[in-house]
Amino acid sequence: MKKIEIYKVLSNKQLTKDIYEMVLKGDGSWVTNPGQFINIKVTNKFLRRPISICDWSEASLTIVYKVVGEGTSWLSGLRVNDEVEALVGLGNGFTLDDKHLLLIGGGVGIPPLYGACKQLVKMGYKPTVILGFQSKDDEFYFEKFHELTDKLYVSTNDGSLGLKGFVNDVMVKNDLCDIPYLTCGPLPMLKAIYKTSTQNGQISLEERMGCGFGACMGCSIETKNGYKRICKEGPVLSSEELLWTKD
Amino acid sequence: MDKRLAVTLSGWELDNPVIPASGTYGFGYEFCEFYDINILGSIATKGTTLEPRFGNPTPRIAECEMGMINAVGLQNPGLEKVISEEFPKLQKVFNKKVVANISGFAIEEYVACAKAMDKQDIVGIIEVNISCPNVRHGGMSFGTDPQMAAKVTKAVKEVTSKPVYIKLSPNVTDIVAIAKACEEAGADGISMINTLLGARFDLKTGKPIIHNIMGGFSGPAIKPVALRMVYQVYEAVNIPIIGIGGIASAEDVIEMMYAGATAVQVGAANCADPYACQKIINNLPSLIDKLNIEKLEDIIGRAHR
Repeated sequence: MKKIEIYKVLSNKQLTKDIYEMVLKGDGSWVTNPGQFINIKVTNKFLRRPISICDWSEASLTIVYKVVGEGTSWLSGLRVNDEVEALVGLGNGFTLDDKHLLLIGGGVGIPPLYGACKQLVKMGYKPTVILGFQSKDDEFYFEKFHELTDKLYVSTNDGSLGLKGFVNDVMVKNDLCDIPYLTCGPLPMLKAIYKTSTQNGQISLEERMGCGFGACMGCSIETKNGYKRICKEGPVLSSEELLWTKD
Repeated sequence: MDKRLAVTLSGWELDNPVIPASGTYGFGYEFCEFYDINILGSIATKGTTLEPRFGNPTPRIAECEMGMINAVGLQNPGLEKVISEEFPKLQKVFNKKVVANISGFAIEEYVACAKAMDKQDIVGIIEVNISCPNVRHGGMSFGTDPQMAAKVTKAVKEVTSKPVYIKLSPNVTDIVAIAKACEEAGADGISMINTLLGARFDLKTGKPIIHNIMGGFSGPAIKPVALRMVYQVYEAVNIPIIGIGGIASAEDVIEMMYAGATAVQVGAANCADPYACQKIINNLPSLIDKLNIEKLEDIIGRAHR
Protein backbone atom coordinates (compact mmCIF):
# COMPACT_ATOMS: atom_id res chain seq x y z
CA MET A 1 0.00 0.00 0.00
CA LYS A 2 1.51 3.30 -1.12
CA LYS A 3 0.96 6.21 1.26
CA ILE A 4 2.67 9.08 3.01
CA GLU A 5 3.75 8.43 6.59
CA ILE A 6 5.36 10.55 9.25
CA TYR A 7 8.13 8.78 11.16
CA LYS A 8 9.96 9.79 14.31
CA VAL A 9 13.73 9.35 14.50
CA LEU A 10 14.62 6.82 17.22
CA SER A 11 18.34 6.87 16.43
CA ASN A 12 20.66 8.21 13.74
CA LYS A 13 24.10 6.69 14.05
CA GLN A 14 27.25 7.20 12.01
CA LEU A 15 28.67 3.81 10.99
CA THR A 16 31.60 4.87 8.78
CA LYS A 17 32.86 8.19 7.42
CA ASP A 18 29.81 8.51 5.15
CA ILE A 19 27.40 5.69 6.06
CA TYR A 20 24.62 6.27 8.60
CA GLU A 21 22.00 4.04 10.17
CA MET A 22 18.65 5.58 11.06
CA VAL A 23 15.90 3.83 12.98
CA LEU A 24 12.47 5.31 12.42
CA LYS A 25 9.44 4.83 14.63
CA GLY A 26 6.25 4.36 12.66
CA ASP A 27 4.40 1.96 10.40
CA GLY A 28 6.53 -0.90 9.10
CA SER A 29 3.62 -3.25 8.47
CA TRP A 30 3.43 -2.31 4.78
CA VAL A 31 6.78 -3.98 4.02
CA THR A 32 6.18 -7.22 2.15
CA ASN A 33 9.70 -7.89 0.84
CA PRO A 34 13.26 -6.94 1.64
CA GLY A 35 14.58 -4.60 -1.04
CA GLN A 36 11.55 -2.31 -1.05
CA PHE A 37 12.22 1.37 -0.51
CA ILE A 38 10.87 4.61 0.87
CA ASN A 39 11.05 8.05 -0.72
CA ILE A 40 12.03 10.60 1.90
CA LYS A 41 11.19 14.29 1.83
CA VAL A 42 14.32 16.28 2.56
CA THR A 43 14.29 19.92 3.40
CA ASN A 44 14.83 22.49 0.63
CA LYS A 45 14.99 19.90 -2.13
CA PHE A 46 12.41 19.47 -4.84
CA LEU A 47 12.48 15.70 -5.18
CA ARG A 48 12.41 13.03 -2.50
CA ARG A 49 15.33 10.71 -1.77
CA PRO A 50 14.70 7.01 -2.46
CA ILE A 51 16.35 4.83 0.21
CA SER A 52 16.01 1.07 0.61
CA ILE A 53 14.71 -0.58 3.74
CA CYS A 54 17.41 -2.39 5.72
CA ASP A 55 15.27 -3.84 8.48
CA TRP A 56 11.72 -3.46 9.71
CA SER A 57 9.14 -4.43 12.31
CA GLU A 58 5.42 -3.70 12.68
CA ALA A 59 6.24 -0.34 14.22
CA SER A 60 9.68 0.61 12.91
CA LEU A 61 11.92 0.89 9.87
CA THR A 62 15.70 0.88 9.69
CA ILE A 63 17.47 2.57 6.80
CA VAL A 64 21.20 2.64 6.18
CA TYR A 65 22.22 5.43 3.82
CA LYS A 66 25.28 7.09 2.39
CA VAL A 67 25.80 10.84 2.54
CA VAL A 68 26.39 11.85 -1.08
CA GLY A 69 24.96 15.36 -1.28
CA GLU A 70 22.93 18.04 0.46
CA GLY A 71 19.78 15.93 0.84
CA THR A 72 21.43 12.98 2.56
CA SER A 73 23.65 15.37 4.50
CA TRP A 74 20.50 16.98 5.92
CA LEU A 75 19.23 13.51 6.79
CA SER A 76 22.45 12.74 8.67
CA GLY A 77 21.90 15.81 10.83
CA LEU A 78 18.50 14.70 12.15
CA ARG A 79 18.29 14.06 15.89
CA VAL A 80 16.21 11.74 18.04
CA ASN A 81 12.51 12.68 17.94
CA ASP A 82 12.84 14.71 14.73
CA GLU A 83 10.16 13.89 12.18
CA VAL A 84 10.63 12.48 8.69
CA GLU A 85 7.97 12.46 5.98
CA ALA A 86 8.23 9.54 3.60
CA LEU A 87 6.29 8.02 0.77
CA VAL A 88 6.17 4.31 1.60
CA GLY A 89 5.11 1.02 0.04
CA LEU A 90 7.41 1.43 -2.94
CA GLY A 91 9.11 -1.17 -5.13
CA ASN A 92 8.85 -4.92 -5.49
CA GLY A 93 11.80 -6.13 -3.41
CA PHE A 94 13.47 -9.55 -3.41
CA THR A 95 11.50 -12.79 -3.67
CA LEU A 96 12.78 -15.30 -1.12
CA ASP A 97 11.69 -18.51 -2.79
CA ASP A 98 14.90 -20.51 -2.82
CA LYS A 99 16.30 -22.49 0.07
CA HIS A 100 19.91 -21.83 -0.72
CA LEU A 101 20.70 -18.29 -1.76
CA LEU A 102 23.87 -16.31 -2.15
CA LEU A 103 23.50 -12.71 -0.98
CA ILE A 104 26.04 -10.27 -2.41
CA GLY A 105 26.19 -6.64 -1.34
CA GLY A 106 28.60 -3.87 -2.26
CA GLY A 107 28.96 -0.73 -0.17
CA VAL A 108 25.69 1.06 0.39
CA GLY A 109 24.02 -1.75 -1.60
CA ILE A 110 24.44 -3.99 1.45
CA PRO A 111 21.48 -2.75 3.58
CA PRO A 112 18.59 -4.38 1.64
CA LEU A 113 20.46 -7.70 1.77
CA TYR A 114 20.53 -7.52 5.56
CA GLY A 115 16.73 -7.56 5.57
CA ALA A 116 16.79 -10.45 3.11
CA CYS A 117 19.30 -12.36 5.24
CA LYS A 118 17.23 -11.87 8.38
CA GLN A 119 14.07 -13.11 6.66
CA LEU A 120 15.84 -16.16 5.25
CA VAL A 121 17.21 -17.08 8.67
CA LYS A 122 13.70 -16.67 10.09
CA MET A 123 12.49 -19.08 7.42
CA GLY A 124 15.07 -21.60 8.63
CA TYR A 125 17.62 -21.18 5.84
CA LYS A 126 21.31 -20.39 6.10
CA PRO A 127 22.23 -18.00 3.31
CA THR A 128 25.79 -17.46 2.15
CA VAL A 129 26.78 -13.80 2.22
CA ILE A 130 29.51 -11.80 0.48
CA LEU A 131 30.10 -8.20 1.47
CA GLY A 132 32.30 -5.91 -0.60
CA PHE A 133 33.89 -2.66 0.58
CA GLN A 134 36.48 -0.23 -0.74
CA SER A 135 38.60 -0.69 2.35
CA LYS A 136 38.50 -1.74 6.02
CA ASP A 137 37.42 1.75 7.09
CA ASP A 138 34.28 1.46 4.98
CA GLU A 139 33.11 -1.75 6.62
CA PHE A 140 29.73 -1.79 8.33
CA TYR A 141 27.24 -4.47 9.39
CA PHE A 142 29.81 -7.33 9.30
CA GLU A 143 29.01 -8.21 12.91
CA LYS A 144 25.27 -8.02 12.29
CA PHE A 145 25.52 -10.44 9.37
CA HIS A 146 27.82 -12.65 11.42
CA GLU A 147 25.09 -13.01 14.04
CA LEU A 148 22.84 -14.43 11.31
CA THR A 149 25.18 -16.67 9.36
CA ASP A 150 28.68 -18.10 9.60
CA LYS A 151 28.89 -18.47 5.83
CA LEU A 152 30.12 -14.90 5.51
CA TYR A 153 32.85 -13.59 3.19
CA VAL A 154 34.33 -10.12 2.80
CA SER A 155 36.38 -8.50 0.07
CA THR A 156 38.01 -5.07 -0.05
CA ASN A 157 39.52 -3.35 -3.06
CA ASP A 158 42.76 -2.67 -1.16
CA GLY A 159 42.92 -5.94 0.75
CA SER A 160 42.74 -4.25 4.14
CA LEU A 161 39.93 -6.61 5.16
CA GLY A 162 39.10 -10.07 3.82
CA LEU A 163 40.08 -11.00 0.29
CA LYS A 164 41.86 -8.36 -1.77
CA GLY A 165 39.73 -7.85 -4.83
CA PHE A 166 36.05 -7.85 -5.70
CA VAL A 167 33.02 -9.84 -4.62
CA ASN A 168 33.16 -11.85 -7.84
CA ASP A 169 36.72 -12.90 -6.94
CA VAL A 170 35.27 -14.26 -3.68
CA MET A 171 32.69 -16.19 -5.71
CA VAL A 172 35.34 -17.82 -7.88
CA LYS A 173 37.76 -18.57 -5.05
CA ASN A 174 35.14 -20.16 -2.81
CA ASP A 175 33.19 -22.03 -5.44
CA LEU A 176 30.04 -19.91 -5.06
CA CYS A 177 29.28 -19.44 -8.75
CA ASP A 178 26.53 -22.07 -8.90
CA ILE A 179 24.14 -20.66 -6.33
CA PRO A 180 21.16 -18.45 -7.25
CA TYR A 181 21.90 -14.99 -5.91
CA LEU A 182 20.40 -11.75 -4.68
CA THR A 183 22.51 -8.66 -5.12
CA CYS A 184 22.63 -4.90 -4.75
CA GLY A 185 25.54 -2.52 -5.23
CA PRO A 186 27.37 -0.44 -7.83
CA LEU A 187 26.60 -1.24 -11.47
CA PRO A 188 30.09 -2.57 -12.39
CA MET A 189 29.82 -4.99 -9.46
CA LEU A 190 26.38 -6.17 -10.53
CA LYS A 191 27.62 -6.78 -14.07
CA ALA A 192 30.67 -8.69 -12.79
CA ILE A 193 28.42 -10.95 -10.72
CA TYR A 194 26.11 -11.45 -13.68
CA LYS A 195 29.09 -12.65 -15.72
CA THR A 196 30.67 -14.75 -13.00
CA SER A 197 27.62 -16.68 -11.85
CA THR A 198 26.30 -19.67 -13.77
CA GLN A 199 22.90 -19.15 -12.11
CA ASN A 200 20.07 -16.66 -12.36
CA GLY A 201 19.87 -13.92 -9.83
CA GLN A 202 17.71 -11.11 -8.54
CA ILE A 203 19.46 -7.82 -9.13
CA SER A 204 18.47 -4.60 -7.38
CA LEU A 205 19.10 -1.66 -9.69
CA GLU A 206 19.42 2.05 -9.07
CA GLU A 207 18.23 4.92 -11.27
CA ARG A 208 17.63 8.62 -10.82
CA MET A 209 13.93 8.80 -10.06
CA GLY A 210 11.29 11.46 -10.51
CA CYS A 211 8.13 10.48 -8.67
CA GLY A 212 9.21 7.10 -7.26
CA PHE A 213 5.81 5.46 -7.70
CA GLY A 214 5.42 4.76 -11.40
CA ALA A 215 3.82 7.88 -12.81
CA CYS A 216 6.56 9.87 -14.52
CA MET A 217 8.51 7.17 -16.43
CA GLY A 218 11.73 8.86 -15.30
CA CYS A 219 13.45 5.61 -14.33
CA SER A 220 12.34 3.19 -17.08
CA ILE A 221 14.87 0.83 -18.58
CA GLU A 222 14.50 -1.56 -21.48
CA THR A 223 14.48 -5.28 -20.72
CA LYS A 224 13.77 -8.50 -22.63
CA ASN A 225 10.21 -8.25 -21.30
CA GLY A 226 9.60 -4.68 -22.41
CA TYR A 227 10.24 -1.58 -20.37
CA LYS A 228 10.40 -1.72 -16.58
CA ARG A 229 10.10 1.18 -14.20
CA ILE A 230 12.82 0.74 -11.58
CA CYS A 231 10.57 2.35 -8.97
CA LYS A 232 7.55 0.20 -9.71
CA GLU A 233 8.36 -3.11 -11.45
CA GLY A 234 11.80 -2.88 -9.79
CA PRO A 235 14.10 -2.07 -8.16
CA VAL A 236 14.72 -5.84 -8.20
CA LEU A 237 14.79 -7.39 -11.67
CA SER A 238 15.58 -10.93 -12.68
CA SER A 239 18.99 -11.39 -14.31
CA GLU A 240 17.22 -13.26 -17.12
CA GLU A 241 15.34 -10.18 -18.27
CA LEU A 242 18.27 -7.77 -18.37
CA LEU A 243 19.80 -6.80 -21.69
CA TRP A 244 23.30 -7.49 -20.39
CA THR A 245 25.89 -9.77 -21.98
CA LYS A 246 27.85 -12.55 -20.33
CA ASP A 247 31.02 -11.88 -22.30
CA MET B 1 -18.11 19.78 -4.61
CA ASP B 2 -17.87 23.56 -4.53
CA LYS B 3 -19.79 25.12 -7.43
CA ARG B 4 -17.68 28.25 -7.18
CA LEU B 5 -14.69 26.34 -8.56
CA ALA B 6 -16.31 25.36 -11.85
CA VAL B 7 -14.78 26.57 -15.12
CA THR B 8 -15.69 25.96 -18.75
CA LEU B 9 -13.29 24.98 -21.52
CA SER B 10 -14.86 25.16 -24.99
CA GLY B 11 -18.31 24.30 -23.66
CA TRP B 12 -17.09 21.53 -21.36
CA GLU B 13 -17.77 22.33 -17.72
CA LEU B 14 -15.08 21.17 -15.29
CA ASP B 15 -15.82 20.87 -11.55
CA ASN B 16 -12.62 22.79 -10.93
CA PRO B 17 -9.70 24.11 -13.01
CA VAL B 18 -7.12 21.60 -11.71
CA ILE B 19 -5.81 19.14 -14.30
CA PRO B 20 -2.65 17.05 -13.84
CA ALA B 21 -0.31 17.78 -16.74
CA SER B 22 0.54 15.20 -19.37
CA GLY B 23 3.56 13.07 -18.55
CA THR B 24 3.46 13.57 -14.80
CA TYR B 25 0.35 11.55 -14.13
CA GLY B 26 0.58 8.51 -16.41
CA PHE B 27 -2.94 7.36 -17.23
CA GLY B 28 -4.19 8.34 -13.79
CA TYR B 29 -4.58 4.99 -12.11
CA GLU B 30 -1.17 5.11 -10.36
CA PHE B 31 -2.66 7.85 -8.19
CA CYS B 32 -5.75 5.91 -7.10
CA GLU B 33 -3.90 4.46 -4.13
CA PHE B 34 -3.40 8.00 -2.83
CA TYR B 35 -6.82 9.61 -3.33
CA ASP B 36 -10.04 9.48 -5.34
CA ILE B 37 -8.94 10.97 -8.65
CA ASN B 38 -12.54 11.94 -9.48
CA ILE B 39 -11.98 15.12 -7.48
CA LEU B 40 -9.85 16.42 -10.39
CA GLY B 41 -11.18 18.79 -13.02
CA SER B 42 -9.81 16.39 -15.62
CA ILE B 43 -6.58 14.54 -16.43
CA ALA B 44 -4.18 15.29 -19.28
CA THR B 45 -3.13 11.79 -20.25
CA LYS B 46 0.39 10.66 -21.11
CA GLY B 47 1.60 11.95 -24.48
CA THR B 48 0.54 9.43 -27.09
CA THR B 49 2.27 8.75 -30.39
CA LEU B 50 1.13 6.62 -33.32
CA GLU B 51 3.82 3.99 -32.66
CA PRO B 52 4.94 2.71 -29.24
CA ARG B 53 7.99 4.54 -27.91
CA PHE B 54 10.46 3.52 -25.23
CA GLY B 55 11.92 7.00 -25.02
CA ASN B 56 15.44 7.96 -24.02
CA PRO B 57 18.07 6.00 -22.07
CA THR B 58 18.50 6.79 -18.37
CA PRO B 59 19.42 8.97 -16.54
CA ARG B 60 16.31 10.84 -17.57
CA ILE B 61 15.90 12.94 -14.43
CA ALA B 62 18.03 15.68 -12.89
CA GLU B 63 16.93 17.57 -9.83
CA CYS B 64 17.26 21.38 -9.83
CA GLU B 65 16.65 24.19 -7.41
CA MET B 66 12.86 24.42 -7.24
CA GLY B 67 12.28 21.97 -10.03
CA MET B 68 13.55 19.16 -12.16
CA ILE B 69 14.76 18.33 -15.65
CA ASN B 70 13.25 15.35 -17.43
CA ALA B 71 14.27 13.72 -20.66
CA VAL B 72 11.81 10.85 -20.74
CA GLY B 73 11.27 11.26 -24.47
CA LEU B 74 7.57 10.48 -24.85
CA GLN B 75 7.67 6.92 -23.57
CA ASN B 76 4.22 5.49 -24.28
CA PRO B 77 2.66 2.22 -25.47
CA GLY B 78 1.44 3.75 -28.74
CA LEU B 79 -1.98 4.89 -29.94
CA GLU B 80 -3.54 1.44 -30.33
CA LYS B 81 -2.69 0.27 -26.82
CA VAL B 82 -3.55 3.60 -25.24
CA ILE B 83 -7.05 3.25 -26.67
CA SER B 84 -7.51 -0.49 -26.13
CA GLU B 85 -5.78 -0.84 -22.75
CA GLU B 86 -4.93 2.40 -20.96
CA PHE B 87 -8.20 4.28 -21.47
CA PRO B 88 -10.39 1.35 -20.35
CA LYS B 89 -8.17 0.93 -17.28
CA LEU B 90 -8.54 4.63 -16.49
CA GLN B 91 -12.29 4.55 -17.11
CA LYS B 92 -12.69 1.96 -14.35
CA VAL B 93 -11.51 4.51 -11.80
CA PHE B 94 -12.28 7.87 -13.42
CA ASN B 95 -15.74 8.96 -14.54
CA LYS B 96 -14.87 12.26 -16.24
CA LYS B 97 -13.50 13.10 -19.65
CA VAL B 98 -9.78 13.55 -20.23
CA VAL B 99 -7.51 15.89 -22.10
CA ALA B 100 -5.87 13.48 -24.54
CA ASN B 101 -2.33 14.62 -25.27
CA ILE B 102 -0.98 13.56 -28.67
CA SER B 103 2.41 13.96 -30.26
CA GLY B 104 4.04 13.15 -33.55
CA PHE B 105 7.06 13.36 -35.82
CA ALA B 106 5.16 14.17 -38.97
CA ILE B 107 1.81 15.83 -39.60
CA GLU B 108 0.31 12.50 -40.68
CA GLU B 109 1.09 11.06 -37.26
CA TYR B 110 -0.72 13.87 -35.47
CA VAL B 111 -3.63 13.38 -37.83
CA ALA B 112 -3.77 9.62 -37.22
CA CYS B 113 -3.76 10.16 -33.44
CA ALA B 114 -6.40 12.88 -33.61
CA LYS B 115 -8.64 10.74 -35.85
CA ALA B 116 -8.56 7.89 -33.35
CA MET B 117 -8.99 10.14 -30.30
CA ASP B 118 -11.99 11.77 -31.98
CA LYS B 119 -13.90 8.49 -31.67
CA GLN B 120 -13.23 8.06 -27.94
CA ASP B 121 -16.03 9.07 -25.57
CA ILE B 122 -13.51 9.55 -22.77
CA VAL B 123 -11.76 12.33 -24.68
CA GLY B 124 -13.02 15.85 -23.89
CA ILE B 125 -10.21 17.82 -25.49
CA ILE B 126 -7.42 16.82 -27.85
CA GLU B 127 -4.22 18.49 -26.70
CA VAL B 128 -1.65 18.65 -29.47
CA ASN B 129 1.91 18.64 -28.19
CA ILE B 130 4.07 20.61 -30.60
CA SER B 131 6.59 21.36 -27.91
CA CYS B 132 8.32 18.24 -26.58
CA PRO B 133 11.99 19.17 -26.12
CA ASN B 134 13.06 15.56 -25.69
CA VAL B 135 12.68 14.05 -29.11
CA ARG B 136 14.71 14.75 -32.20
CA HIS B 137 13.22 15.51 -35.63
CA GLY B 138 9.88 16.83 -34.61
CA GLY B 139 7.85 17.62 -31.60
CA MET B 140 9.28 20.96 -30.71
CA SER B 141 10.20 21.88 -34.29
CA PHE B 142 6.48 22.19 -35.04
CA GLY B 143 6.17 24.47 -32.05
CA THR B 144 8.95 26.90 -32.88
CA ASP B 145 7.68 28.04 -36.27
CA PRO B 146 4.27 29.78 -36.60
CA GLN B 147 3.70 28.36 -40.08
CA MET B 148 4.39 24.80 -38.99
CA ALA B 149 2.25 25.25 -35.87
CA ALA B 150 -0.62 26.46 -38.05
CA LYS B 151 -0.19 23.54 -40.41
CA VAL B 152 -0.45 20.96 -37.64
CA THR B 153 -3.42 22.77 -36.10
CA LYS B 154 -5.28 22.88 -39.39
CA ALA B 155 -4.60 19.23 -40.19
CA VAL B 156 -5.79 18.07 -36.78
CA LYS B 157 -8.89 20.29 -36.84
CA GLU B 158 -9.91 18.75 -40.16
CA VAL B 159 -10.24 15.26 -38.66
CA THR B 160 -11.97 15.92 -35.36
CA SER B 161 -15.04 17.62 -34.01
CA LYS B 162 -13.62 17.68 -30.50
CA PRO B 163 -11.99 20.86 -29.19
CA VAL B 164 -8.32 21.06 -30.18
CA TYR B 165 -5.85 22.76 -27.82
CA ILE B 166 -2.28 23.33 -28.95
CA LYS B 167 0.42 22.89 -26.31
CA LEU B 168 3.09 25.51 -26.87
CA SER B 169 6.80 25.57 -26.23
CA PRO B 170 8.39 28.41 -24.26
CA ASN B 171 11.65 27.82 -26.13
CA VAL B 172 10.84 30.44 -28.77
CA THR B 173 11.56 34.10 -29.38
CA ASP B 174 7.91 35.12 -29.76
CA ILE B 175 5.29 32.80 -28.28
CA VAL B 176 2.54 35.29 -29.14
CA ALA B 177 3.14 34.85 -32.88
CA ILE B 178 2.81 31.10 -32.54
CA ALA B 179 -0.33 31.31 -30.41
CA LYS B 180 -1.91 33.67 -32.95
CA ALA B 181 -1.00 31.38 -35.82
CA CYS B 182 -2.69 28.47 -34.02
CA GLU B 183 -5.79 30.54 -33.35
CA GLU B 184 -6.01 31.61 -36.97
CA ALA B 185 -5.63 27.98 -38.05
CA GLY B 186 -8.67 27.06 -35.99
CA ALA B 187 -7.33 26.03 -32.58
CA ASP B 188 -10.01 25.99 -29.88
CA GLY B 189 -7.56 26.75 -27.11
CA ILE B 190 -3.93 26.98 -26.04
CA SER B 191 -2.11 24.92 -23.40
CA MET B 192 1.01 26.67 -22.22
CA ILE B 193 3.80 26.31 -21.35
CA ASN B 194 5.67 23.09 -21.92
CA THR B 195 9.08 22.68 -20.26
CA LEU B 196 12.07 24.98 -20.75
CA LEU B 197 15.13 23.38 -22.29
CA GLY B 198 17.76 22.91 -19.57
CA ALA B 199 20.85 20.98 -18.53
CA ARG B 200 22.79 19.98 -15.41
CA PHE B 201 26.35 18.73 -15.01
CA ASP B 202 27.85 16.44 -12.40
CA LEU B 203 30.22 18.34 -10.10
CA LYS B 204 32.61 15.42 -9.68
CA THR B 205 32.78 14.07 -13.24
CA GLY B 206 31.95 17.24 -15.17
CA LYS B 207 29.64 15.18 -17.36
CA PRO B 208 25.96 15.88 -18.13
CA ILE B 209 23.60 14.31 -15.58
CA ILE B 210 20.97 13.61 -18.23
CA HIS B 211 21.95 10.96 -20.78
CA ASN B 212 20.48 13.12 -23.54
CA ILE B 213 22.48 16.08 -22.17
CA MET B 214 19.44 18.39 -22.34
CA GLY B 215 15.91 17.97 -21.07
CA GLY B 216 12.77 19.85 -20.11
CA PHE B 217 13.00 21.99 -16.99
CA SER B 218 9.80 22.28 -14.96
CA GLY B 219 8.65 23.04 -11.44
CA PRO B 220 8.00 26.15 -9.31
CA ALA B 221 11.12 27.86 -10.71
CA ILE B 222 9.48 28.33 -14.13
CA LYS B 223 6.24 29.82 -12.82
CA PRO B 224 7.15 33.47 -13.50
CA VAL B 225 8.04 32.60 -17.10
CA ALA B 226 4.73 30.81 -17.54
CA LEU B 227 2.77 33.67 -15.96
CA ARG B 228 4.44 36.19 -18.24
CA MET B 229 3.77 34.16 -21.37
CA VAL B 230 0.15 33.39 -20.45
CA TYR B 231 -0.33 37.12 -19.81
CA GLN B 232 1.09 38.01 -23.23
CA VAL B 233 -0.90 35.38 -25.12
CA TYR B 234 -4.15 36.28 -23.32
CA GLU B 235 -3.72 39.83 -24.65
CA ALA B 236 -3.36 38.54 -28.20
CA VAL B 237 -5.89 35.72 -28.63
CA ASN B 238 -9.59 35.14 -27.97
CA ILE B 239 -9.47 31.41 -27.24
CA PRO B 240 -9.15 29.90 -23.75
CA ILE B 241 -5.75 29.17 -22.24
CA ILE B 242 -4.84 26.27 -19.97
CA GLY B 243 -2.03 27.70 -17.85
CA ILE B 244 0.87 25.35 -17.13
CA GLY B 245 4.24 25.94 -15.46
CA GLY B 246 5.20 25.63 -11.82
CA ILE B 247 1.70 25.32 -10.40
CA ALA B 248 2.04 23.76 -6.95
CA SER B 249 -0.50 25.50 -4.71
CA ALA B 250 -3.99 26.98 -4.70
CA GLU B 251 -2.34 30.42 -4.72
CA ASP B 252 -0.55 29.50 -7.94
CA VAL B 253 -3.87 28.57 -9.55
CA ILE B 254 -5.37 31.96 -8.70
CA GLU B 255 -2.29 33.81 -9.97
CA MET B 256 -2.30 31.84 -13.24
CA MET B 257 -5.99 32.62 -13.73
CA TYR B 258 -5.35 36.31 -13.08
CA ALA B 259 -2.77 36.14 -15.90
CA GLY B 260 -5.43 34.78 -18.23
CA ALA B 261 -5.80 31.03 -17.78
CA THR B 262 -9.25 29.44 -17.71
CA ALA B 263 -7.86 26.23 -16.20
CA VAL B 264 -4.43 25.06 -15.08
CA GLN B 265 -2.29 21.97 -15.31
CA VAL B 266 -0.14 20.71 -12.46
CA GLY B 267 3.04 18.95 -13.62
CA ALA B 268 6.27 18.55 -11.69
CA ALA B 269 4.48 19.03 -8.36
CA ASN B 270 2.94 15.56 -8.82
CA CYS B 271 6.44 14.07 -8.77
CA ALA B 272 7.44 15.84 -5.57
CA ASP B 273 4.15 15.08 -3.82
CA PRO B 274 1.55 12.63 -5.15
CA TYR B 275 -1.10 14.52 -3.19
CA ALA B 276 -0.29 17.87 -4.84
CA CYS B 277 -3.51 18.11 -6.90
CA GLN B 278 -5.69 16.99 -4.02
CA LYS B 279 -4.15 19.58 -1.71
CA ILE B 280 -4.64 22.33 -4.29
CA ILE B 281 -8.31 21.45 -4.81
CA ASN B 282 -8.93 21.21 -1.07
CA ASN B 283 -7.30 24.58 -0.44
CA LEU B 284 -9.11 26.51 -3.18
CA PRO B 285 -12.45 27.18 -1.38
CA SER B 286 -10.91 28.78 1.71
CA LEU B 287 -8.47 30.74 -0.43
CA ILE B 288 -11.19 32.26 -2.59
CA ASP B 289 -13.10 33.13 0.60
CA LYS B 290 -10.04 34.90 1.87
CA LEU B 291 -9.57 36.78 -1.42
CA ASN B 292 -13.27 37.68 -1.65
CA ILE B 293 -13.61 35.89 -4.96
CA GLU B 294 -17.21 34.98 -5.67
CA LYS B 295 -16.43 32.34 -8.25
CA LEU B 296 -13.27 31.36 -10.08
CA GLU B 297 -14.61 32.17 -13.55
CA ASP B 298 -14.73 35.84 -12.53
CA ILE B 299 -10.98 36.11 -12.14
CA ILE B 300 -9.84 34.83 -15.53
CA GLY B 301 -7.62 37.56 -16.96
CA ARG B 302 -8.18 39.92 -14.00
CA ALA B 303 -4.61 41.19 -14.43
CA HIS B 304 -5.67 42.72 -17.74
CA ARG B 305 -8.63 44.70 -16.42
